[in-house]
Amino acid sequence: MRRMSVTNLVALALGLAFLYVPIAILVVYSFNASRLVTVWGGWSTRWYAALLEDRAMIDAALASLLIATVSAALATVLGAFAALALTRFRFRGRLPFAAMIYAPLVMPEVITGLSLLLLFVAIDLDRGLFTIIIAHTTLTMCFVAIVVQSRLATFDRSLEEAAMDLGCPPGRTFFAVVLPVIMPAVIAGFLLAFSLSLDDLVIASFTTGPGATTLPIRIYSEIRLGVKPEINAVCTIFIAVVAATVVAASLIEKSRGREARALLA
Amino acid sequence: MTKRSSQMDSGSGVSLGARLIVAAPYLWLLGFFLVPFLIVLKISLSESAIAQPPYLPVLDLTAGLRGLRDFVSGLSFTNYFTIAGDDLYLFSYLKSLEVAAVSTTILLVCGVPLAYAMARAPRAAQPLLVTLVMLPFWTSFLIRVYAWINILQRDGLLNQALIRLGLVEEPTTWLATDTAVYIGLVYSYLPFMVLPAYASFEKFDESLLEAAADLGCPRWRTFFVITLPLAWRGLAAGALLCFVPIVGEFVVPDLLGGSEATMIGQTLWTEFFANRDWPAASAVAVALLVLLLAPIAIYQHLQTREIKVRQ
Repeated sequence: MRRMSVTNLVALALGLAFLYVPIAILVVYSFNASRLVTVWGGWSTRWYAALLEDRAMIDAALASLLIATVSAALATVLGAFAALALTRFRFRGRLPFAAMIYAPLVMPEVITGLSLLLLFVAIDLDRGLFTIIIAHTTLTMCFVAIVVQSRLATFDRSLEEAAMDLGCPPGRTFFAVVLPVIMPAVIAGFLLAFSLSLDDLVIASFTTGPGATTLPIRIYSEIRLGVKPEINAVCTIFIAVVAATVVAASLIEKSRGREARALLA
Repeated sequence: MTKRSSQMDSGSGVSLGARLIVAAPYLWLLGFFLVPFLIVLKISLSESAIAQPPYLPVLDLTAGLRGLRDFVSGLSFTNYFTIAGDDLYLFSYLKSLEVAAVSTTILLVCGVPLAYAMARAPRAAQPLLVTLVMLPFWTSFLIRVYAWINILQRDGLLNQALIRLGLVEEPTTWLATDTAVYIGLVYSYLPFMVLPAYASFEKFDESLLEAAADLGCPRWRTFFVITLPLAWRGLAAGALLCFVPIVGEFVVPDLLGGSEATMIGQTLWTEFFANRDWPAASAVAVALLVLLLAPIAIYQHLQTREIKVRQ
């Protein structure tokens, strides 16, 4: 019964080709020996070697990694708390809370970025890595909350009840029963937060200050000047890191697809 | 929420831990999501000034009530009148809505068949297909746009291919056109359309399709009569998940689009970074938000309903 029709196969093939061909071209041309990005001059790794000399690019990458690590860690804790609050507790203001969780997912980045910057100016906070971390935490904790919440919603409550019936205090029940079950979703949430932070250009541009340049800000200013083989090389490294992370994540969490779908459904 | 779920917060013993779990994310979002919006609203009613910060009035709390009165009387709707009166802004908003509507339509037309094909694929292959569609979403947005600059530029691969195939004589201009913006937007947002659509196609009872086939309903008709009506919520969620951010999109039109008709995200960016007119930028942001309020509310409604169904 599960035989796919020709139409469906064609749709799949075309869709996946559309998604992957541009990235494949980008990767192949990062190994192009010619400086002209449009002329193929044979295979070479010279642009990767050139990257190692590019101090500004390396600094920007390190800043991005630092911001992504710290903000994803904060977002994972706050987002997991928010997911627990939404699924496990009844409290006043639950609906506005849920609205604040969902709104940042669709909010145009220019608005989020502008509003956070104006807040930082109003409370006279020096802008730099620290303010980008706050901004990224605010955005990504909502994604974490939704990923973890979908796991909690399908979680068999009788396990929890059994533990408490046997006299296990709520706090201990959480660490012994609930946390192990939601752990894959928490890890998936962390990785999602990490990659969103690493990727963000608009919010970081608004909330950054003098001396704090992230990798996307750096790449953006280079792209505006045109296509360069070094940028292809940076992008290829970036894609390789992300692909490795996703493969690792799917090994950790076999049913990752469920969270992924719940996030977007 | 059923009564089973109230055990942790029942009775008098609401533990410190439980309070912390609710309070920490709540306070964070109030402080870094809600309050910033109120500030944007306030600054949009201020006037631009050559000062630090570059707007007036500034609320002087030390002056007490009189300070508050001076502050309120200093607020004005000037920025909104400027926006309403200037064709540049009006065209910008209309352009954004047009681009978002057209690209969401293209996304539906491209994304729905792909999502449907994924849901009809062998069960064992489906997690792999989901990962394959997700993977580009995890790689950088900026990189995906950059990949298209490689292809679309004047001496890029698309023109080389077209010339070699003899379809065109001279290289065609692709970059800095609306076509390039649409390609970039559809490419960037495709996963957002496909995954919710796939989730709703995959959920429903297959025996309905078999029944329709047994009764002699042609496959294309089954799709329109049974599949689409059952899956519309997922499709609507996907469409809104694309439409709303695209209206405020900055990166794609900035890198792939032309300079003659800019989208509202670019206008806000220019107002802020180039003109340093913070009150005008804030007013543009508030107006954009008002414009998006209805689609965001519908999206939220679809989402919260989804949660209720799941519980």
